[in-house]
Amino acid sequence: MSSRRIVWRKSLNYVMLTLTGIAAFAVVSVLFLILGYLIWNGGTSLNWNFFTQLPKPVGETGGGMANAIVGTMKLLFLAAVMGLPIGLFAGVYLAEFGGKTFSFVVRYTTDLLNGVPSIVIGIFASALFVLPVKHFSAFAGGVALGIMVIPITVRSTEEFLRAVPGNMREAAMALGASRWKTIATVVLPAASGGILTGMLLALARVAGETAPLLFTAFGNRFWSQGWGQPIASLPVMIYTYAVAPYDDWHRQAWAAGLVLLALVLVSNLGARFILARSKAV
Amino acid sequence: MSAAATTIAHEVPPQAGPRAFLHRLRRGDEIAHLITLTFAAAILLITSLLVYELWINSHLSRTHFGWAFFWTKVWDPNFDNFGAAPFIYGTLVTSVLALLLAVPLGLASAIFLSELAPRNVSDTISFLIDLLASVPSVIYGLLGIFIVVPLMRTTFGPLLIHTVGNLPYVGALFRGPNYGVGFLTAGIVLAIMVVPFIISVSREVLLTVPREQREAAMALGATRWESTWQVVVPWARTGIMGSVFLALARALGETMAVTMVIGNAAVINTSLLAPGDTIASTIANQFTEATGDLYLSALIELGLVLFLITFILNGLARILIVATERGGGRPA
Amino acid sequence: MEKTTSPTIEHKQRLTIANLNFYYGPKQAVFGLNLKIPTNRVTALIGPSGCGKSTFLRTLNRMNETIRNTRVEGEVLLDGQSIHALDVVGLRRRVGMVFQRPNPFPKSIYDNVAYGLRINGYKGRLDDLVEQSLRRAALWDEVKDYLKKSAFALSGGQQQRLCIARALAVDPEVLLLDEPCSALDPVTTAKIEELMFHLKDSCTMAIVTHNMQQAARASDFTAFMLDGHLIEHSETSKLFTTPTDPRTEAYITGRFG
Repeated sequence: MSSRRIVWRKSLNYVMLTLTGIAAFAVVSVLFLILGYLIWNGGTSLNWNFFTQLPKPVGETGGGMANAIVGTMKLLFLAAVMGLPIGLFAGVYLAEFGGKTFSFVVRYTTDLLNGVPSIVIGIFASALFVLPVKHFSAFAGGVALGIMVIPITVRSTEEFLRAVPGNMREAAMALGASRWKTIATVVLPAASGGILTGMLLALARVAGETAPLLFTAFGNRFWSQGWGQPIASLPVMIYTYAVAPYDDWHRQAWAAGLVLLALVLVSNLGARFILARSKAV
Repeated sequence: MSAAATTIAHEVPPQAGPRAFLHRLRRGDEIAHLITLTFAAAILLITSLLVYELWINSHLSRTHFGWAFFWTKVWDPNFDNFGAAPFIYGTLVTSVLALLLAVPLGLASAIFLSELAPRNVSDTISFLIDLLASVPSVIYGLLGIFIVVPLMRTTFGPLLIHTVGNLPYVGALFRGPNYGVGFLTAGIVLAIMVVPFIISVSREVLLTVPREQREAAMALGATRWESTWQVVVPWARTGIMGSVFLALARALGETMAVTMVIGNAAVINTSLLAPGDTIASTIANQFTEATGDLYLSALIELGLVLFLITFILNGLARILIVATERGGGRPA
Repeated sequence: MEKTTSPTIEHKQRLTIANLNFYYGPKQAVFGLNLKIPTNRVTALIGPSGCGKSTFLRTLNRMNETIRNTRVEGEVLLDGQSIHALDVVGLRRRVGMVFQRPNPFPKSIYDNVAYGLRINGYKGRLDDLVEQSLRRAALWDEVKDYLKKSAFALSGGQQQRLCIARALAVDPEVLLLDEPCSALDPVTTAKIEELMFHLKDSCTMAIVTHNMQQAARASDFTAFMLDGHLIEHSETSKLFTTPTDPRTEAYITGRFG
């Protein structure tokens, strides 16, 4: 056992361990770089008009993205109305009722759906609601986002329901409550914090989705005329403005990026906060 | 159903049969069961419908081009001639580049978080990295356009051309015009996007490696790095592979960030600095402009291909991750 | 209060532990422990669970340093040298350890045994040393035809002997055994005790056990610990027949623990 070898092994130890630390540090600094750059560029471009005005016609500077902010909210509302109930009830089924084979199939399909690239979901929604009528619509965009909400909600709902201790169910049933009463009055309330978190995270994730909206909700430089009409959204606006050749549009894209990131990060943090609170109780 | 069965239905916990079913129905359990079952079945319906729509709507293209679709190098909407080869090539090249960059970085970070950092530091950093994973892809694209592309055009691109570009063999990858947009830029942006997934899944599986394994190695006089690299990582390797597959599936399907930085050119080019296109970016760029039926059908077939690839990869990833978490690493 | 009756034999001492204290954060687990572990003998550490015997054992190869927020005070001398002055990697090569549950690596039987040799850059014929180590661990005959097979294919008892072989391969001066038989059946336990008897020629051993019969059968010296204190230490035959401390007597006659 030569001491040369020991020195070599120990040096390797220190070098490699240091490298892992540098790697972790590098990844975290990317986050701060993104945040910093976005806050800097977005912050200097952001003003009150951004929230209150419509986009100006090409060539004119100024204006805002009020329609896109409202549009994103409308699309999220549609996604929530369509996706969350399916996700919630299917999650309850998997956790409380499911048989073996059918549950396996549902679970597997849910994971499959979760892994489908968002652009493919966009094609799907488009094939269902846009291509047949040859007309983009907010509704089709909401469907696309709603489908993406489902798998995340299912898995988190099931997970949190399963985490409810079995003796709680037994206690309720021993008092004469039927199965669904037990679920509705004891199990679901006990898991509500977690389930809510999962839903919020699901909405936060689709809030930033662009690809499924490109050929469903499309985009709109004005207020949307209804659920059957094209509608603007923040992510699509960021995309169109970023790839356009105008400096003023780039400025607006940064502002929209900051608003979108704030929306997503705040709902993520909020979701974690709810979860921490509900766990502490 | 015999009469006897109806009379005992009240005493014996009913298992099956229409009478027993009605009994439970009255208690409300069956209704709840049915309702939730319907919603669960809706997921199957939606997914089947998705596959069906992709299949039906790509019919024209599938019958027109057959298997040749996959190796035809021309994508010419003007003459209704469509081949997927440039996009399959672009998708593979950008994804592989992303993994080459992201796997070492992600694995190293995961090792740091699971083996070295104190638990509270590790949890904080993991939390930040999870936030990184939730940043929308269009924002990565935005940063790609305004940070990575200019850097590639002014600094890294010329640097690569003048150094690695002069080497034999590998040099071919770094030659020709440098626009800033292209395969390498897309690969870098993708790497930044998938690294959080690799870290977070790998860290989880590394943390499931039993303490005894680390102790056994160290009790034999292994250094910390030796015990980590020779014992802990091999134990967790199937799970780590799973995280890589997940990252790959995401990189292949990623649309916006890639569309914004790859340059959008339907050509196969050996240079990594050249512009190209991926399956997802082509669909994103051309779907709304697709005028002819065959054009649209070809784009939907691209979607079908993308769906099948990610389907297979996600399946593999899940099997690998479940295998590690259940049984721990099994030696080959 | 501390009554440490050191064995009254004029034997060479491989390990000398002087005034050892050990803390998990603010909680003290070992209190002012003094003990000598004689060369080429088996010393058993007994006591009720949670008395600190495993913790103590793990201070001898500084294994506790892998646990965060722990602190050790006092001195441990290996052949007269402080183990805290030694390089920890080198120390652990000289002081091997066998754990409570078999923990083979996810590698082949051969690679498990060869692991310690390889990391230490052993230059000789690996095959010979692997065979020799497996023989010393009384496992060779059972596995000689399956050396390339996974270590997980072995039974629990075989895995534990493989772990002993793995520890022996780097030729340690001391072997620490932390309840090595607690997960094993009686037949395998007997095999391992026999193995320890043969290993005495080349190796100093310290074994933690909750099984008093095992301590009585397999050890030359026994130390009894209670709540982090060393209560009594003497030749095994003496400790089990004429204990001097009433607490030792209470323990070995089964009145607690």
